[in-house]
Amino acid sequence: MSYEGWILLTASLVGLTCGLIGVLLILRRMAMMADAISHTVLLGIVVAYLVTRELSGVHMLIGAVAAGLLTAILVQWIHNLGVQQEASIGIVFTALFAIGVILVATKVGNAHLDVKHTLMGEITFIPWERIELPWVGSIPEAVFMLTLVLLVVLLALAGFYKEWKITSFDPALAASLGIPVLFMHYLFMALVSVTSVAAFDAVGAIMVVAMLITPAAAAYLWTDRLIVMFVLSAVFGVLSAILGYYIAYWLDTSISGSMAFATGLVFAVGFLFSPKYGVLAKSIRPVKDRGDSPKVAD
Amino acid sequence: MIGLSYNAQWVLLSTLILGMAAGTVGCLAYWKRQSLMSDSLSHAALPGVIIGFMVVGVKQLPVMIAGAAVSAMLGALLIQWIRGSTRVKEDAAMGIILSVFFGTGIMLLTFVNRLAGGSQSGLDNFIFGQAASMVQTDVWTMTAVALAVLVVAIAAFKEWKLHLFDPGFAQGLGLSNRRMNAIYVVMLVLVIVVGIQAVGVIMMSALLIIPAVSARYWTQSFGWMLILSALFGGGAGIVGTLTSTLGKGWPTGPFIVLAAVTWFVVSLLFGPGKGILVTKLMQHSHRKQLVSVHRTGSVKEYAE
Repeated sequence: MSYEGWILLTASLVGLTCGLIGVLLILRRMAMMADAISHTVLLGIVVAYLVTRELSGVHMLIGAVAAGLLTAILVQWIHNLGVQQEASIGIVFTALFAIGVILVATKVGNAHLDVKHTLMGEITFIPWERIELPWVGSIPEAVFMLTLVLLVVLLALAGFYKEWKITSFDPALAASLGIPVLFMHYLFMALVSVTSVAAFDAVGAIMVVAMLITPAAAAYLWTDRLIVMFVLSAVFGVLSAILGYYIAYWLDTSISGSMAFATGLVFAVGFLFSPKYGVLAKSIRPVKDRGDSPKVAD
Repeated sequence: MIGLSYNAQWVLLSTLILGMAAGTVGCLAYWKRQSLMSDSLSHAALPGVIIGFMVVGVKQLPVMIAGAAVSAMLGALLIQWIRGSTRVKEDAAMGIILSVFFGTGIMLLTFVNRLAGGSQSGLDNFIFGQAASMVQTDVWTMTAVALAVLVVAIAAFKEWKLHLFDPGFAQGLGLSNRRMNAIYVVMLVLVIVVGIQAVGVIMMSALLIIPAVSARYWTQSFGWMLILSALFGGGAGIVGTLTSTLGKGWPTGPFIVLAAVTWFVVSLLFGPGKGILVTKLMQHSHRKQLVSVHRTGSVKEYAE
């Protein structure tokens, strides 16, 4: 495949995986938790590097999942001590992220890790870092990682589809039915961490947030059915990734930044023109019909 | 301060005042339950900074601050609009604005850096903060704005208290909540935009959130909380800046955050208000009392 083809494939895989995970983030109202985790995986990666002294995919994944779970646990713990949820997220992620940045800036700064790279991603290097696989041949490592993560995410979502639905819409009912709500919560946090770190290399920490939240929020404006929302969100993710690439190509600028910008465009379209929840549709509809929207149901 | 250069002393003073202003405004944000709003707005300021630079072509802090303020205000308005007119919740709206604005900022930044002279402009410093790169006029601008915010927070102390804790009563007394809210958003944006050069867009929110929460562990009174939060913020500013001067090219922001977090952990453990140690001690003494009540069979002792 051509150089450009690999980049587009990587970006689309990021959009697809993030789009799927994002749906649950929006429905569970955990958007800012994704922001937190996407920052703290930096610490996980740095620590994994300091321990093993190599930048391999597996180590980074383990480090990132550990950091993501640590974030989730710390946020919960501090919240239980009487601090508002929001403030507790703010404390935990800035603290862990600051430690990560300091470690990079002082100790491992001369190595392959650098802060700018982790924040903004460097998708242009991805086609060069290849691995050999049986049957498939030589493919970029990031594509391999992203495919793997996509499979895990798909498996987890499809395997527990009913459980995700109930725990997201009615946690109390889920608990009374005997579904382990807490376990599902931490499983979800682990999925978010894995997705963040796989996408990290390609688009960087902050643009992961754009890919996670924005396409899903846009999909939320178009449909009331959960399964449709998953499909739409994945499509929007891929669409923004490709659109972003061409904007970047046209302006000759940062690809990940343009992708985040493109997710914004996709959201803006839904925000303005969605037939049911869009701003325009609301303003031309008679006042009496503007009741509170029903929740997504399937 | 002895042993530091003249410029470094000024930088230190400005981070002190910035920390104090951030601590004060952060306290208001805490009671408005809007801690993460500061995170979104500080990220949202980035494209404004770059556009400000593109307009004048040289690094001129007042213009860039104005740009940052415009773009952060735009972010705040958009969050309100998205939340108010669709079913997308506030947290998602904040996440969208944060990441899309930041992405746009990075897009513009890369674009500008590619142009001649752009990479020397030190625009990258706005991401992690580099207090040492500030020149005297920057320090002046920053200090003046932070002081102004501090003055407004203190002068209207009574009004803030009413507005935060009993908005209905405030309205009854003729205090417009809408106006107070507008003033609050302006203060928040101002602190963020003057702070981003020293602390960086990513870490700025920490300076707003953490001191307020730390202060919460030392007092139950709003007035004291405001004062303590300001002191903790200022302290974090000074300690962080001093630490970051120890190494060459160390970013200031993360060290300020680390200083603030360290103090938060101390507060969490030893704070007399709700600190872990105090709570444990109280539980322990309660249990002892209960045991003694149980043994003697009299509640008289306990009642006292």
